[in-house]
Amino acid sequence: MSLIVGIVAFVGFLVAGIVYKLYRSQWFWGIVAIILLLSANLIKDPGYLSITYSEATGRLVGNLVDILRWSAPIMLIAVGMVLVIATRGIDLSVGSSMVAGGAAAMQFLSVVKTPDSVSGAAIAVLLAILTGAAIGAINGLLVTYVGLQPFITTLVMMMAGRGIAKVITGGQNTAADSAPFKWLVNGTVLGFPVVILIALAIVTALALFVRRTAFGLVVESVGINPSASWMAGIRPNGILLTVYILSGVLAAIGGVFAVGSVMVVDISGTGYQSELDAILAVVVGGTSLAGGKFSIRGAVVGALLIATLDKTVLFLGISGAATPAFKAVVIVLLCLLQSQRVRNLFTQRRAAATADPAAAPKASVAA
Amino acid sequence: MSTVTPDAPAVATTPKATQTWWRGVVRTLTTNPSTLPTLASLVIFVGMLIYGELAYGKILQYSTISNLFINNAHIIIIAAGMTMVIVTGGIDLSVGAIVALSSVAGVMLANAGLNPWLAVGVMVLIGSVFGLFSGVLIQYFNVQPFIATLSAMFLARGLAAILSTDAEKLDKDSPIRLLGAKIKLIDGPKVNDLEITAGVILAFLVIVLAFYLMHRTRTGRTAYAIGGSEPSAILMGLPVHRTKLWLYVISGTLAGMAAVVYTARIGVGQNITGDGWEMQAIAATVIGGTLLTGGAGYVLGSVVGSLVLGLMIVLITRDGTVPPEWTTIITGGILLAFVLLQRAVTAARRN
Repeated sequence: MSLIVGIVAFVGFLVAGIVYKLYRSQWFWGIVAIILLLSANLIKDPGYLSITYSEATGRLVGNLVDILRWSAPIMLIAVGMVLVIATRGIDLSVGSSMVAGGAAAMQFLSVVKTPDSVSGAAIAVLLAILTGAAIGAINGLLVTYVGLQPFITTLVMMMAGRGIAKVITGGQNTAADSAPFKWLVNGTVLGFPVVILIALAIVTALALFVRRTAFGLVVESVGINPSASWMAGIRPNGILLTVYILSGVLAAIGGVFAVGSVMVVDISGTGYQSELDAILAVVVGGTSLAGGKFSIRGAVVGALLIATLDKTVLFLGISGAATPAFKAVVIVLLCLLQSQRVRNLFTQRRAAATADPAAAPKASVAA
Repeated sequence: MSTVTPDAPAVATTPKATQTWWRGVVRTLTTNPSTLPTLASLVIFVGMLIYGELAYGKILQYSTISNLFINNAHIIIIAAGMTMVIVTGGIDLSVGAIVALSSVAGVMLANAGLNPWLAVGVMVLIGSVFGLFSGVLIQYFNVQPFIATLSAMFLARGLAAILSTDAEKLDKDSPIRLLGAKIKLIDGPKVNDLEITAGVILAFLVIVLAFYLMHRTRTGRTAYAIGGSEPSAILMGLPVHRTKLWLYVISGTLAGMAAVVYTARIGVGQNITGDGWEMQAIAATVIGGTLLTGGAGYVLGSVVGSLVLGLMIVLITRDGTVPPEWTTIITGGILLAFVLLQRAVTAARRN
């Protein structure tokens, strides 16, 4: 009897501990939002969360699998973006890197016409990565050595990148056929979609690289206080360049995922407004847009939330073109929660009688 | 300003008039960092006109010039608002999406039988509301301008898509179309007429008012002060909060007006209308000499910037050998060149 009580108590403590740790983490509200969205879907269709194994195709089928698949490219661009934002920068060109990378891959495949060659697909992926790296390198060079604002540099690249994609394909929505390339995105390993495995592998490798070496530390130090880190002997140019190239490369791989599922690059549609998805994922993940400390895990949670939101909006029968409105609401709410004024409101309520006299005149200004 | 006083007696005493004239030019160029880029864009505009006339012909004629203004009236209106916001060191990315929502809503209301002028009022008001939304987020909740206006952009575009994802056609006999009707001023030979639309007149009025606001009122000077250094402006006791909020409201309102002008001319409202216009407006503003870091710029420069971009499209179409897909790259390249020029000018000033 006492043994059972002991076990129950132990498990209870464990769960409470995990929940508390989650609650303390920056991305707690992201998890809550995902659960809320999934519950909304469950109310509409009680079987929403079920995952079945299809004998005929040999793959797992279910809405959750769809959400995970959908989240793969978002996850990559979000992880690239989180590093850029940590250095006090921003990369608005990720959507353009996606379409340029995808265009390079599809144009190559459509020219060589080797539907079964693995090396052809590999070269296509490599070309996409190189395109992304080139765009990232231009961003990085302009930000570091020329000293332009990241926001402006990547805004220009956002315009030009889609133009580059158009030039690569000659303005066409190039389609191509390549079985190995398609397998990367639509294939499965033991019933599990390859695309998720690749995304998770890349994110894990990157997280290990960032956190097991000093790289993450110097990125944060540049973001928290550039001049102090300069005095400490950290030269920011190489770090910034690396971060922008990484963002471009990750976005290009995201572009490969985006074009691979349909084997067509949509010049105006692929990666369109993905930069907001990435920024949203970063903010949901608890990384401040002011730079400094960052959370890769948080960005992954953010990407999952966006994928869930996208799929939920479609599932509830609302036009896909309307999803931006819901994302805008989420991002506004999160920004409000992060703002000092709203925080003051909460702390005031906690302090009850001891009203903050400094906040009173501010409130009158607001009115 | 203080540099003027020590030089002033030198002008009176030095006999070498040419040298002082040159010094005056240098001083004008160095005291205001947006003079050089604005001059550059003017030279480029005139150069493009001359090159176009020599290379393709039929550029310097009534119809081409009138069409340049008619087809770019909406961009000029948006760019005027964008200039004010950028002068304060902010940015407004929501303008294109506001045009989409405003045009879809306006056309649907007008077709549903609402008084057309009331519908026009609603269109403008939609812009004001979104400007207020961004302004409040930026000013009272310390959200970064581009995040606040980016979310306003997504909200507006999403709402437009909820209203309708089809192209909403304005009724053939709707009086709103009158705003886009061409009025002949000078009847030239064949189709070579000097024409004007109500939209162009509106754009002209907007520019005059914006010029007055920015260069002749306290609000304008406060805007420049905010762009120069916001903490200093606050310490000087300038109404920073109110001014910034107002400028975002104005920018949104102008986007609503641009929606009216564009919809009246095209007669169609759609949720994808105005895609990328925020980029065009920013490009026009930057080409016109306004510093993206704020604190310096001209409303009139942005007009030249809009016309440079518009003329570029005309020349590319006339040329015919440049593939259309290069247009965005060329625009991006021009934008980058001007940002680099700004950077060089400000760096030279600092030294």
